[in-house]
Amino acid sequence: MKTENQKAWFFVLPVLALVAFNALIPMMTVVNYSVQETFGNNQFFWEGLTWFEQILRSERFHAALGRQFLFTFLILIIEVPLGVAIALSMPRSGPWVSVCLVLMALPMLIPWNVVGAMWNIFALPDIGLLGYFLNHTLGIDYDMTQNPFAAWVTIITMDVWHWTSLVVLLAYAGLVSIPDAYYQAAKIDGASNWSVFRYIQLPKMKNVLTIAILLRFMDSFNIYTEPFVLTGGGPGNSTTLLSIDLVKIALGQFDLGPAAAMSLIYFAITLLVSWLFYTLMTKDDLN
Amino acid sequence: MAKITLKNLRHSYMPNPSGPEDYALKEVDVDWADGGAYALLGPSGCGKSTLLNIISGLLVPSEGHVLFDDQDVTQRTPDQRNIAQVFQFPVIYDTMTVRENLSFPLKNRGVDAGTIARRVAEIAEMLEVSDMLDRRAAGLSPDNKQKISMGRGLVRDDVNVVMFDEPLTVIDPHLKWKLRSKLKELHQRVGRTMIYVTHDQTEALTFADKVVVMQDGEVVQIGTPVELFERPTHTFVGHFIGSPGMNLLPATLRDGGAFFQDQNITLEGAVTTGTKGAVEIGVRPEFVTLSNSGVPARVTKVSDVGRHHVVETMAGDTKVAAIMNGAIPNTGDAVHLQFKPSQTRVYADGWLATQPGA
Repeated sequence: MKTENQKAWFFVLPVLALVAFNALIPMMTVVNYSVQETFGNNQFFWEGLTWFEQILRSERFHAALGRQFLFTFLILIIEVPLGVAIALSMPRSGPWVSVCLVLMALPMLIPWNVVGAMWNIFALPDIGLLGYFLNHTLGIDYDMTQNPFAAWVTIITMDVWHWTSLVVLLAYAGLVSIPDAYYQAAKIDGASNWSVFRYIQLPKMKNVLTIAILLRFMDSFNIYTEPFVLTGGGPGNSTTLLSIDLVKIALGQFDLGPAAAMSLIYFAITLLVSWLFYTLMTKDDLN
Repeated sequence: MAKITLKNLRHSYMPNPSGPEDYALKEVDVDWADGGAYALLGPSGCGKSTLLNIISGLLVPSEGHVLFDDQDVTQRTPDQRNIAQVFQFPVIYDTMTVRENLSFPLKNRGVDAGTIARRVAEIAEMLEVSDMLDRRAAGLSPDNKQKISMGRGLVRDDVNVVMFDEPLTVIDPHLKWKLRSKLKELHQRVGRTMIYVTHDQTEALTFADKVVVMQDGEVVQIGTPVELFERPTHTFVGHFIGSPGMNLLPATLRDGGAFFQDQNITLEGAVTTGTKGAVEIGVRPEFVTLSNSGVPARVTKVSDVGRHHVVETMAGDTKVAAIMNGAIPNTGDAVHLQFKPSQTRVYADGWLATQPGA
């Protein structure tokens, strides 16, 4: 007979406690708010699913969600190919490897609010280096505080500047792990550069790229600090992404019930898309 | 198909080699006939992979020339040389099916679809992978993957030479034997020049008609398996090939004979005139017998290796092994060793220094 030892539970306990305090309990508080109405003084009134219905039907939510998807879509479609292209052109060996890696890692080391502030100043039309150059040297009418299109170009450029490196580093790690024999075999088989990319490099990078895309999706879908510092969601509501809108509802208007319902919906969408994406990307590996 | 000639080939991985020790490959001159099966045999780091990469064109030698059918191809790229190479680890294109993998080298060269289909079917049948043609190559076992790698080399019917770089390294022992005989069979069927690099003597001796033994960047002997076994021209070959390897007995030369433990040992022939340096007598364990007279020794160990016994003895402070069938002495017995004269030779500084017997 096998005797079962229950001691292992004690070792799991600290982690359970930690997860409870930093995730489960705050999350349950949000659930609690999402089904009740409160006017302060710790007085709560049961509301059922009213807030969820209200959020799901709200045009404001639809608009913010649309902007969020557009933002994430744009940065993914720029950062992933760009990151792969940069990784492909980086040296595989020699003294320049470390120089390239450090240069690539630099933007990611900068705190998010600093990135927002830097780009804010950089893009200001009258005094910023970029803003001044575009307006006064090139004569392009560029003002991200007035023009929604300019604001979008700026937040996208900022995100590309800040996070393409992540894709580069992951793709590079995938590339250097390909044994030389593959390239030699391809040479002998008479493969073109495109074939080498399509049949050797891309398949070997697939796993790291899946991780890169997942990370960039989750991060960009939940992005808050950088656009908040850069544009504050404006001009108008043109760059009010989901998280910015959520904070406006929760802390600006102090509508805790709808804000709680919105966070739960937001969370569910992030989870669902990540799961869908991961399942689609890895379904080939199963057979 | 082609005859391969290597002329004064030298290679160094350093930009400015100063002495011979800087060369990974020291002066190699070899002629390989069209359609032969050759093996490059040597321990790790002896330069055999360097030599292979020079032949395939993955590496340009520091000095010397590579000729295919008397045409200098030293500066040509691997695909211009029209060669095929199978690597230590199976290289397959993961996202393709087995069929696509096998057609890939032909497709890249613009061969028409009908020919591709015919060649792929032929090669798949030869390699016994016909039933897997439409499977994804990524899911195959290592030995099947290695077969596909070989198949990509064999599918082109115009390759000058097919090279194998220790292709059985990752294959399970019980499949090694199967793949090895498959390779031999393939060579007979396609009749193409093949060069097989390995550090395993069994692989080299079973595959090749002629074996090139290398050590420290130098070719020490080229010969048929029988020649390498019976008349090694260098103690390294004697030692590296055979199990156990050749016995080497420190000896002195005087009065035109070779002496070991103060006994004149009969040799296959006369010692080459002018021989000097460190002299050793070389004799394989297969040609050592126990007798009532001869070099006195004491048995230290007897091991049963199946087909025969390996008897280890000490003659003075020199270890001498003998391979024996039938009556076996006990450990500790005092015995006398006899060496078969026609298989007993003198080596000076490692190199053979006796004339072949009449």
